[in-house]
Amino acid sequence: MSIIVTPETKVLVQGITGEFGGRHTKLSLDYGTKIVAGVTPGKGGQFFEHGAHKVPIFNTVADAVAATGATASAVFVPPPFAADAILEGVDAGLDLCVAITEGIPVRDMIEVKRAMGGRKTRLIGPNCPGIVTPGTGKDSFGGCRIGIAPGYIHRRGHVGVVSRSGTLTYEAVFQLTTKNLGQSTCVGIGGDPVNGTSHLDVVKMFNDDPETWGIIMIGEIGGNAEVEAARWIKANCRKPVAGFIAGATAPAGRRMGHAGAVVGGAEDTAAAKIAVFKECGIECATTPSDMADALIRAAQARGAKLA
Amino acid sequence: MNIHEYQAKALFEKYGVAVPRGVAARTPAEFESALATLGHEGPIIVKSQIHAGGRGKGTFTDGFKGGVKFAKTKAEALDYANKMFNNTLVTAQTGPAGRKVQTVYFTVASDIKKEYYLAILLDRVTSRPVIVASTEGGVEIETVAHQTPEKIFKIHVDPAVGLQGFQARRLAFQLGLTGDYFKNAVKLITALYRMYWETDAAMVEVNPLITTPDGRVLALDAKVSFDDNALFRHPEIVALRDLNEEDPKEIEASKYSLSYIALDGNIACLVNGAGLAMSTMDIIKHFGGSPANFLDVGGGASKDQVQAAFRIILTDPNVKGILVNIFGGIMDCNTIATGVVAAARELGLKIPLVVRLEGNNVAAGKKTLAESGLKIDSADTMADAAQKIVKLVA
Repeated sequence: MSIIVTPETKVLVQGITGEFGGRHTKLSLDYGTKIVAGVTPGKGGQFFEHGAHKVPIFNTVADAVAATGATASAVFVPPPFAADAILEGVDAGLDLCVAITEGIPVRDMIEVKRAMGGRKTRLIGPNCPGIVTPGTGKDSFGGCRIGIAPGYIHRRGHVGVVSRSGTLTYEAVFQLTTKNLGQSTCVGIGGDPVNGTSHLDVVKMFNDDPETWGIIMIGEIGGNAEVEAARWIKANCRKPVAGFIAGATAPAGRRMGHAGAVVGGAEDTAAAKIAVFKECGIECATTPSDMADALIRAAQARGAKLA
Repeated sequence: MNIHEYQAKALFEKYGVAVPRGVAARTPAEFESALATLGHEGPIIVKSQIHAGGRGKGTFTDGFKGGVKFAKTKAEALDYANKMFNNTLVTAQTGPAGRKVQTVYFTVASDIKKEYYLAILLDRVTSRPVIVASTEGGVEIETVAHQTPEKIFKIHVDPAVGLQGFQARRLAFQLGLTGDYFKNAVKLITALYRMYWETDAAMVEVNPLITTPDGRVLALDAKVSFDDNALFRHPEIVALRDLNEEDPKEIEASKYSLSYIALDGNIACLVNGAGLAMSTMDIIKHFGGSPANFLDVGGGASKDQVQAAFRIILTDPNVKGILVNIFGGIMDCNTIATGVVAAARELGLKIPLVVRLEGNNVAAGKKTLAESGLKIDSADTMADAAQKIVKLVA
């Protein structure tokens, strides 16, 4: 198994006719992901065509779900309309909504999060690279890719990766694949201060997933989500875990690209988070080049297998 | 986005948050008329307007002490204003370069009965706005939180219904207020929350909030910042932006959708993705170097963006070497390589340049770099790249 999505997951794309959404829909189709529908209000009845693929477009998420049985969506809708798009997916009863959009106002996300309380939909993101469960084909073809991650760098296997940052996730995945360590699922939870799925949510799922044998958790300065996950790992997780925190050199009070990456107090610095990781038995990567090796060290220390 | 105190107080007044009367002046010619408009015969506070805290304890580069002054008379206020204007104020938050004062704010000096603290911001743990108040105002709130946490009170607001009356009342009672003070505090807290929510503020901080002997509750200081992501729906807030307070390199970078922040080291970096950019700075430091900047060219950097990024990086005179670190997941590494070569040629690059490319079409990218005839060092991993550039600038 994997977590959250499998290669069989049927995916719809909100904002499929936009330049960004369209480009990544094509890449997901090329990867073998089951993209079954697109949603663009006013373009229902048209088709999104790519090679031999002909993806039907619907006016509403509810129509797309009813017609195709899609259970997950990728949101590529521009920031002013993204909160509305997410809530439309929630209303249609999707299991999963992956919001790729960068730049959604915090106030909108506060309201979205409140409105999602008690609903079954899981939100990943926003401002995230999305989720990949690699397939078994060449360059991991045949997997489920929702979002903007490069599919080909993955390999089917047993390491779970969770991260706030896109390219840093790719860096970790690439290191793993280069060392012949495949991944069960890689989840980019996004760099915004209010997001749908936390490090802890993903770590719990990796812990329960028999196919995930080791975990890499990548965090940043700002907030305390990584610390919360680390404390839970110490108490509950018996799988090897490696960690990395970006932003050790970031000055206080400056926003480092991601809306959530700001050092506000003594608790959310990289040094404070790394200290908690160590205290919780997480093997810390000394540099970003060391992430896969750190997991290998953690596995060796526990006598655990990663492949 | 940050705004000045005088702008924040104008917003406060618009929303019904009581502040001491004040008038701002942007040129010395306006000082006298501003003081006349203020029309106050008693003591006046003269406040330097810069986007940084610690003004009162700051020192100007010409030796004049104090960015906030108490003046007994109009003549004294005028004198202080002239000393502050166009002078550079250095505070604990400005860094050694300080900030040039280009606006001076005159306010009526208030009699203070007691100082309090009040702030509204996002609580990331609950994903809800939180109102923070304390009976200890006019001091560093971090110190209060650390030493006497029982003196800090918090109210979480449910975004579905907004701030409720009982919550504002509870906070005012917790601050120990009664009578007119209580009524005025409830009104102020309610108005401040409405301003925070309706303007998409990221943080509103009033330190100190004061009571006066005649029963009033006033915001004596005001620090307000806004969510950059929400500026598209607040042209009235965007109009308050003061470009003088921002690094010209950061303004130039934002024109090309580049995220740039100047630091004080000598190794410039150019990276795609915020997390990777931060960790590139970290790894430079890890191997004994010092990063000159944070620069994220975004997920889909173009040749033009790379060239613009190089131009911006090189305007920093401290830069002695450049590290380019690109993980081209979707983006073509050869596009980046072409941009790097074009920029190095255009600018006649004289300082060491190390490029680490990985990902899509990486072989072609490396070939472009190698065949350019330029002195560009290629690296395979981030660690390799960082070690190379640190050695080259040492």
